[in-house]
Amino acid sequence: MIREIDERIQDIDKEIEAESSKESDYAADLKIKELKSERKKLLKQCNHPTPADKVYLARHKNRPKVDDYINALFDDFFVQRGDALGKEDKSILGGIATFHGLPVTVLGHRKGRNINENMEYNFGMPEPQGYRKAMRMMKQAEKFDRPIITFIDTPGAYPGLEAEENGQANAIAKNLAEMSALKVPVIAIVTGEGSSGGALAIGVANSVYMLENAVYSVLSPEGFASILWKDSSRSAEACDLMKLTAQDLKRFHVIDGIIPEPLGGAHHNPQKVYRELDNMLMSELTKYKKMSANELARNRYDKFRNMGAAIIAQEQK
Amino acid sequence: MREKKQMYINQRLRDLYICFSHFCQKIRSGVMTMGIFSKEESSGRKESRRSLQSKGSSDYSEDFESAVSRDNKEGTDQQDTNSMETITCSSCKKEIAAELMRKELSVCPECGAHNKISAKRRIRSLVDPGTFRKLKCPVPVVDPLGYPDYKNKIHDLQDKTGLDEAVLIGMGEIEGRKAMIGVMGSEFLMASMGIAVGEKITHAFEIADKYKLPFIIFTASGGARMQEGILSLMQMAKTSAAAQRFGEHGGLYVVALTHPTTGGVSASFAMLGDITLAEPGALIGFAGPRVIEQTIGQKLPAGFQRAEFQEDHGFVDQIVPRGEMRETLSQILRLHEKRRWSL
Repeated sequence: MIREIDERIQDIDKEIEAESSKESDYAADLKIKELKSERKKLLKQCNHPTPADKVYLARHKNRPKVDDYINALFDDFFVQRGDALGKEDKSILGGIATFHGLPVTVLGHRKGRNINENMEYNFGMPEPQGYRKAMRMMKQAEKFDRPIITFIDTPGAYPGLEAEENGQANAIAKNLAEMSALKVPVIAIVTGEGSSGGALAIGVANSVYMLENAVYSVLSPEGFASILWKDSSRSAEACDLMKLTAQDLKRFHVIDGIIPEPLGGAHHNPQKVYRELDNMLMSELTKYKKMSANELARNRYDKFRNMGAAIIAQEQK
Repeated sequence: MREKKQMYINQRLRDLYICFSHFCQKIRSGVMTMGIFSKEESSGRKESRRSLQSKGSSDYSEDFESAVSRDNKEGTDQQDTNSMETITCSSCKKEIAAELMRKELSVCPECGAHNKISAKRRIRSLVDPGTFRKLKCPVPVVDPLGYPDYKNKIHDLQDKTGLDEAVLIGMGEIEGRKAMIGVMGSEFLMASMGIAVGEKITHAFEIADKYKLPFIIFTASGGARMQEGILSLMQMAKTSAAAQRFGEHGGLYVVALTHPTTGGVSASFAMLGDITLAEPGALIGFAGPRVIEQTIGQKLPAGFQRAEFQEDHGFVDQIVPRGEMRETLSQILRLHEKRRWSL
């Protein structure tokens, strides 16, 4: 349902823009006013998105992307490229920056915002080299005692021929293992869609947060429907069944917190989301500052060690 | 004869090593400090050794069930064999006498294809008779998504396969050397990894660490278990973290990749072995061939993602035919028995 509303809002935005570029006259002003009030009404209808709506919003082309978050939240960004083993994978963007003066390593999946960028960044689907690049940055962060902040937004690891030849499984497995033992704080934020091992490979964090309309799942709803029912068109049904929303994951103790979004999705007021993220990062980093290197690693290990423990305990009762 | 002698010598060497480490420990905990270990480290070591001793390294009953002799229920499927029965090879489609096929561990004597073998028969083909003791790790059937009919399906599979989940783990001896051994059973929902499988494998790493046992796992899996949703994805991180910690504590981890090892299992603990073996022809990869074909829009080359392909690309140490697996594992265990170099 949100899809239709959102499309209408986009049309209205275009109309408003067209009207505003004209010579200002009474009729045009009136039109703009009308359009704006319609827009407001439409937005109000977005207050209860279904899981399928959230999948739509999580993939929205205007949703803030990793470079937006880096620009908004950090200063002095120094980009790092390449896995130092033979390739630069553009689907991961990362480097060193400062957060309120504190040096941090930031990285995340990069999708791009138009079709050309999408192609260039492979729609945010990393090859093994992308994960190895991420690991290189994280190991460096550990060496220089910098906290790591990751932004997750990917349809999954790239299922291609060369990706397999270069050890996609191996690269993801190594990231999971080595991230679990890092001796600096790691904070992961699922900003859009987090699908499969391709998302988790930069998501083994002390604290995992999700934006209110982000989704995080074992694989995409289309993939889920195609594997279990041999019918990818039943993806809407899969969305309902998969329990992939931030609220579901909070209940499963998979994530630690939810970052509220403005009505209609993060793209309607990104500044609000940045402010929320800034506060969250500040309080999380303050919390982890008190922990020693070994405590940080143990804290992260225990967090993932207990994945599923709550539901086992519940079943045993 | 010669081998026996070698084993005897090894045994004596091991005893000597144990005596020596006891001696060292006394020095460390007692009057003298060697100044080699930092304070924290040495106390940690002492603790782990002490807990190992207090549990009694020969008494494993807290964590393992008692051994079942092979004549018991585990052997029944062998006795059922009708001498006239035949089995069709999944590869060359030839009819092979069931008895011969069993003797060859389901490897086709005609074409060499490694057909499916049940988890229990696999274990039996590896360990010294009567030494296998199942790891205690009961996990209830959970259904986080409320997936239609999921719990019933699991209960049915438990009855049908005699396994409580898609992995069978325990301690056994291979030519007299103890090891934690896990086998994933593709007969159980494609051996997909849900919460129970993740929990059992993680627990196995922890117990192997506790008793300082090497851990050998035979992987086979379609990947993460879709029916358990996000929590099955999280088992990838859980098992990988356990493998990492086991490795940091010096544990030997051997993976034998069998057909098929894909998805979330290949992208977690299956790719983290110190030594990685594979069975001939096994399909090993992250994405399934069908998905890749759809993505790139062309047919995949012959042999793509097979064990031999993975060996060529540097992800497998050795391809080992099923009939030689026990011997190879024994060699690996032997080579890791003596840890510190000294002549």
